[in-house]
Amino acid sequence: MRWIRESWLRLRSLTRIDGIEHGLDEEILFHIEQQTDKNLRAGLPPDEARRQAYVKFGGVEQFKESARDEFRPVLIQDSLLDLRYALRSLRRAPVFTLVAALTLALGIGATTAVFTVVHGVLIKPLPFRDSDALVSLKHTSKDVGGGPPVGICLSLFLTYARENRSFEQLGVWSRGSEHVTDGVLPEEVSTLNVSAGTLRALGTQPAVGRWFSQDDQAPGSPETVILMDGYWARRFGRDPAILGREVAVDSRPRVVIGVMPAGFQFLDEAPDLVLPVRTDPKTLTLGGFNYEGLARLAPGVTAEHAGADLGRAIPLWVEAWPSFPGIDRNEFRQVTPLVRPLKQELVGNVGRMLWVLMGTIGIVLVIACANVANLVLLRAQDRHQELAIRAALGAGRGRLARQMLAESLVLGLLGGGLGLLLASAGLGVISSLGPAGIPRLREITLDPTVLVFALGLSLGSALLFGSIPVARFGGRRLALSLQAGGRGSSDSRERHRARHVLVVVQVALALVLLVGSGLMVRTFLALRAVPPGFTDPDHVQLVRVTLSEAQVGDAERVLRVQRDMLDRLATIPGVTDVSFTGNVPMAAGERSRSTIYREDAPAGSDGSPPMRWFRYVAPGFFRTIGTPLVAGRDFTWVDLEGYRPVAVVSENLARELWRDPRAALGKRIREGDGSPWREVVGVVGDVHDDGVHREAPSIVYWPALMETFQGQEVNVRRAVTFAIRSGGAGSETLLAQVRDAIAGVEPDVPLTRVRTLGEVYGRSLATTSFALVMLATAAGMALLLGVIGIYGVIAQAVAQRRREIGIRTALGASRRELQVMFVRRGLTLSLAGVACGLAAAVALTRLMASLLFGTSPLDPVIYVLVPLGLMSVAALASYVPARRATRIDPVQALRGE
Amino acid sequence: MTKERGDLLQGTLDMLVLKALQLEAMHGWGITERIEQWSEHVLQLGQGTLYPALYRLERQELIRSEWRTTENSRRARYYSLTRQGRRQLETELAQWQRTSRAVNQVLAVTAP
Repeated sequence: MRWIRESWLRLRSLTRIDGIEHGLDEEILFHIEQQTDKNLRAGLPPDEARRQAYVKFGGVEQFKESARDEFRPVLIQDSLLDLRYALRSLRRAPVFTLVAALTLALGIGATTAVFTVVHGVLIKPLPFRDSDALVSLKHTSKDVGGGPPVGICLSLFLTYARENRSFEQLGVWSRGSEHVTDGVLPEEVSTLNVSAGTLRALGTQPAVGRWFSQDDQAPGSPETVILMDGYWARRFGRDPAILGREVAVDSRPRVVIGVMPAGFQFLDEAPDLVLPVRTDPKTLTLGGFNYEGLARLAPGVTAEHAGADLGRAIPLWVEAWPSFPGIDRNEFRQVTPLVRPLKQELVGNVGRMLWVLMGTIGIVLVIACANVANLVLLRAQDRHQELAIRAALGAGRGRLARQMLAESLVLGLLGGGLGLLLASAGLGVISSLGPAGIPRLREITLDPTVLVFALGLSLGSALLFGSIPVARFGGRRLALSLQAGGRGSSDSRERHRARHVLVVVQVALALVLLVGSGLMVRTFLALRAVPPGFTDPDHVQLVRVTLSEAQVGDAERVLRVQRDMLDRLATIPGVTDVSFTGNVPMAAGERSRSTIYREDAPAGSDGSPPMRWFRYVAPGFFRTIGTPLVAGRDFTWVDLEGYRPVAVVSENLARELWRDPRAALGKRIREGDGSPWREVVGVVGDVHDDGVHREAPSIVYWPALMETFQGQEVNVRRAVTFAIRSGGAGSETLLAQVRDAIAGVEPDVPLTRVRTLGEVYGRSLATTSFALVMLATAAGMALLLGVIGIYGVIAQAVAQRRREIGIRTALGASRRELQVMFVRRGLTLSLAGVACGLAAAVALTRLMASLLFGTSPLDPVIYVLVPLGLMSVAALASYVPARRATRIDPVQALRGE
Repeated sequence: MTKERGDLLQGTLDMLVLKALQLEAMHGWGITERIEQWSEHVLQLGQGTLYPALYRLERQELIRSEWRTTENSRRARYYSLTRQGRRQLETELAQWQRTSRAVNQVLAVTAP
């Protein structure tokens, strides 16, 4: 550590160099004059006095030079020399350089890539002014059970806006989709519906034009729209005269009042248009939590305070608004606000997974460093002679150490540079791997922080693997080895110790990673083994079709048009089943829920009626996606067209409410007080709507056309998703046929959200598969590096003991004995590594417990299989070089010496 | 006037410089004068060797320097001890005393 301080002081003197140089002259002159004066006082003649003064001082220039040496940054000049020397000697060993740099590049690249993700997703603040003050507003209610919190409803938003004392700005938003119909092709665009407070809370302004005002939100005012930059460019070619133009959104003209800036990113949404949320307080009721709340905390207010503040407004809200049709207003007293930092809300639970990955990749880097340290050690051993001679010729210990470090430094930077290239390539792979699982992916870039991180990583690794050979060979034992004639046989045991430790560390770390990825594999298999509630999802094509009121006015006609489309789709060759639904199973954010009342258990008798998910389906939907019918029957077209009050429930709901699926048949339920009772005609298998890692939620299926539902006279789905079972699902051919079939019924409707059910299913596993792929990759790299480490040590041992092997063979040792000798050494090292690794794995895999499913961090299968596998690989890695030992010809070996 | 000439033991110069600065700040020439006086002219410094030593000590932050004006209103560079320098002086003095006592004892032993 001393030399670090030393070089710092020297470096600092660099900045003062001119002053000192100048001062030195003046100082010496002053000294000579003082001495001359003294000599004069002693009675010497002036010339002699001066001469004597100079004599007494000694060689002025010589001392100046050595004084300069004291402060001049010798180290820097020497370092440049060292660096040049390092470059030259690395160039002379291209294989070593290449292997070491690539190993490092792998480690640094992977670590940098994962750090970039961690930084972009978890660390970097959201791209808004003072983003720590931004919070999301959600709500929980006892009735919701274990389900995720819901958003906010408009009446509650208006109450909060009036009553809260915690927020600087408060807004609501929701995502939606609309048709834009004034172009050549009608298209469905994604919209962001916001109240004026939302973007004011974010602190963003339109690049052109103005933001929504209160007027835009009032009913009856001219309808307005703000364009996102991408849509402005795509649809209008960045027309500068865009303000004031009218765009027909859902067949109604809207005036463009602004364009958002190009870099504006609203959370993870990718809308085309921003529309104002219109609120008419006269029509609002309690309930309808279909919006997301977003607010900026006032200075000094914490999220907890804000939550308590909002909690006080809940009773006021319940009293002030009419209740949702059919629901007792007291139900709403249990609503509890949940105020959380916006970033936390957005990032969700991938944080743990990303940190586990970061740790994993860090371990790979350490293993890579150990490998390079091994290589550098080997190289230092080969150059032992050279180093000893240089030490004998007077090179100081520090000097030699610096030269070795300089080489490591150059290697580190080389590896870091290559690693950055790898990282940027890897980031491409990552963002294509995990788009569904990981939020904020668009914000991930190789920014300056990441570059600094990579540089630090390179230098840190260089120090890590560079200091080991310095410690081994920087010592004064160098001189001894000259005496030993360079054979280096006497102290080889000691010199091997460092390499042995490195191998043990490598094996141990590799074991940890293998156990980790083994657990992920078990998790993945366990998840795949859970029946999702549908079968062979890859053969179910999904397309969403929306019929606007302008296209099809009458509700009954909507169903007729949809049925015509079904009939046409059914005639496509290869299509076995076809139906439609209001929302797709397992597609996050596409569901709604309501209370469910039972006729046979009046509300209040067994607590409040439970909130349940529901889904609208057409006849044949269960058969199409492969959900089994447990009891009763499916809906029929007669049910729908005759407005028959019927329902289908999931098996777990039937069991919960009536103990047995068969008992559910004939029972009657409804969603609200004023609605007719609807008879349960069928019970179907559970669908893991929240993902297969969660319990399947209980769910009610309603027919796609109903009377008097949730206060609406006729309830029909204008936006439905067709499910088409066909071997050609996902192909362009099928899609073209589907497009023709739909257009044959209604020419102007676009197909949106084109995907297969398999894709939806895969996306629900995205986080797990992403973690699995990353962990497995890391473990694979670790295994490879570990094997190389073992192989290298044994091969080196064989090479160094050629003489001994020769003698032993000459004396009659059998080949087998020799092989066993070397393999045993490899196995001893690996065994030590495995033992350390098991201990580490037990401690570390606890951290990933929350990522696991269907297995535990101490899964015995994994803990037996992985060490066994690792040991056999290690045996192989030592057997290969050991075999070479037995091929050594004793005569050759002895003569070679 | 025959005076025995003392060659400076390697490493002792730094200690002497620190010692000379113990009481007050001084310029380079002053230091050589002080050392010669104190040693009653036994220790004759090759005066030039002082400067590399001064720069070395300053770099090690044992002494610091500043430009001041002398009584004759000349500009000169004055050196003074830092706190670290004082500590260093103490340890070196203690070390020196131990060593010299030991050496003296050895030399005092009369041959058997």
